Amino acid sequence: MSLQESNLKQVFGIPKCMKEDFRFTFCPGCDHGVAVRLVAELIDEFDLREKTIAATSVGCSVFIYNFIDVDSVEAPHGRSLASATGIKRAQPDKFVFTYSGDGDFASIGLAESMHTALRGEKITSICINNTTYGMTGGQLGPTTLMGQKTMTSPNGRNKDYYGYPIKIAEQIALCEGTAFSARVALDSIPHINQAKQALKKAFEVQLNGLGFGFVEFLSSCPTNWKMTPQEAHERVRDEMIPIYPLGVFKDITAGEN
Amino acid sequence: MTDINEKILIKGNYAIAQAAVNAGCQCYFGYPITPQTEIGEYLSGKMQELGRGYVCAESELAAINMVLGAVSTGVKAMTTSSSCAVALMQEALSYACGDELPVVLVNVMRAGPGLGYIYPAQGDYNQAVYGGGNGDYKIIVLAPSTVQECIDLTYRAFYLAQKYRNPVILLADGLLGQMMEPASFGEYPYPEIDNSSWALTGAKNRNGRIIASVAPDEKKQNQHIYNLFKKFEAITQNETDYEEFMTKDADIILTAFGSMTRNIKAAMNVLRNKGLKVGCLRPITLSPFPHKRIAELASEGKDFAVVEMNMGQMFKDVKYAVEGKSKVSLINKPVGEWLSVEEIVEAVLEGVRVNELTRV
Repeated sequence: MSLQESNLKQVFGIPKCMKEDFRFTFCPGCDHGVAVRLVAELIDEFDLREKTIAATSVGCSVFIYNFIDVDSVEAPHGRSLASATGIKRAQPDKFVFTYSGDGDFASIGLAESMHTALRGEKITSICINNTTYGMTGGQLGPTTLMGQKTMTSPNGRNKDYYGYPIKIAEQIALCEGTAFSARVALDSIPHINQAKQALKKAFEVQLNGLGFGFVEFLSSCPTNWKMTPQEAHERVRDEMIPIYPLGVFKDITAGEN
Repeated sequence: MTDINEKILIKGNYAIAQAAVNAGCQCYFGYPITPQTEIGEYLSGKMQELGRGYVCAESELAAINMVLGAVSTGVKAMTTSSSCAVALMQEALSYACGDELPVVLVNVMRAGPGLGYIYPAQGDYNQAVYGGGNGDYKIIVLAPSTVQECIDLTYRAFYLAQKYRNPVILLADGLLGQMMEPASFGEYPYPEIDNSSWALTGAKNRNGRIIASVAPDEKKQNQHIYNLFKKFEAITQNETDYEEFMTKDADIILTAFGSMTRNIKAAMNVLRNKGLKVGCLRPITLSPFPHKRIAELASEGKDFAVVEMNMGQMFKDVKYAVEGKSKVSLINKPVGEWLSVEEIVEAVLEGVRVNELTRV
């Protein structure tokens, strides 16, 4: 008996803009899949599939183009926001987004990210912060926490050797051209729901021509953290959120209805 | 408004900038560097006036990647820069070849290596023709020698980039960028290329398109590279361009590119007056390079003297084309004042004497 024949109503399914034959290639327990899904849900909700152009990154995040059925161009490592700027300036009516990891967005691409925000480019950028370089096997990145052991900080991150991690959402909020900047997490259902609301805002500020929309997602990387998925989410809660507090750091529409 | 065919006195940099506008360049992204800064200055006003895109990029890295994004949507876009800053763009040029994106880059060369200062030089031949990016790729490189050619070859750069979905470098130099000459713009002389089969304009009534150089499958990656090189064979076949002067009876052919061409023509005339049978060959496309024509002339026993403002970069391509069939010598100087007509004449005379001695 099909769904139509029954009296059952479908309440959950795969977003329409996902590719028909997609299979997530992320590691078990990785939050990328949830983040990609949220992006896809919002592309559906705003009916943007046919007017979306993505500039992809380098790292695990690049695979978004294998999952969401929109136009995408490959940018070099760290340059996706520059390429997105080029796309938006060439096609101001399109919906343009980037989806990158913390290494791409805040280390090698920090200049491009900050200047895109400073120019107030009307694009939406998503940064997956998992405190490590995932694809290359877990090295110290710009968001690696103090004390965190990685493949290139075997004794833990300390200030003398490695300096300090960056608080991305707060930095982006300081940029005059930023219309919306928030940090969310994907470790629990309430947090995922909040994440979607924040991402929705980051879409809206672009759609309303207000400026740069940014969301930082605190995400798990069980493989490189050498944890079970559950332990990884506990780490997001217990170790990451105290250092990287969740919240909206800038919203120029705040107070409006 | 002046007649578009009327000759006006104009600086090379402004000529390139206005030619880009006429060619339909919709977006310009750039970062200042001498000796090409006037291009970005001129376009900052012009593009806004025309409602086109313009960004003062935070770096050359950003500028070329903005071009990469813009052209992926099917519009014409350009960045301009100079030598040491073009070095920063090599990664994106490799991507643009792999992604098959019609990037147009103007390099108004200055001296190197490193910061190298703003003397005229031609030290970026290798950087442009062989590239500093990773992997197997080929770029189309055009070398203007006059302000008029700055216009004509800017037009051609946009056309070839679109026609072949391949990056094109216009390799000018500080002398051309900064000098004024009479030139006329005419109209953009090429047809518009339909890029609707690949451009990213939103997946309306179709599946999403991915423009990428990566194929995580060995066979596909190999095929992709074979296809790129097959495309470049067609470019070589169709687009190789050069100028020849009095090569028919010549014993020795002076070869130069870009603005150095101007002095080899003058030197040829002086040497002809002295009774030497001298000709000139000047590649207009440095890539594809006129190997075939040089090989033909070499097999007729004609010697070559390559005159360039570097330590012998095009010299190697001429030698490669000649394949030992005749003698190839180098008349060069790395940076600074252009090799004068007198210097070239003297070097040729000395070379000819040396040649005669060896023959004895």
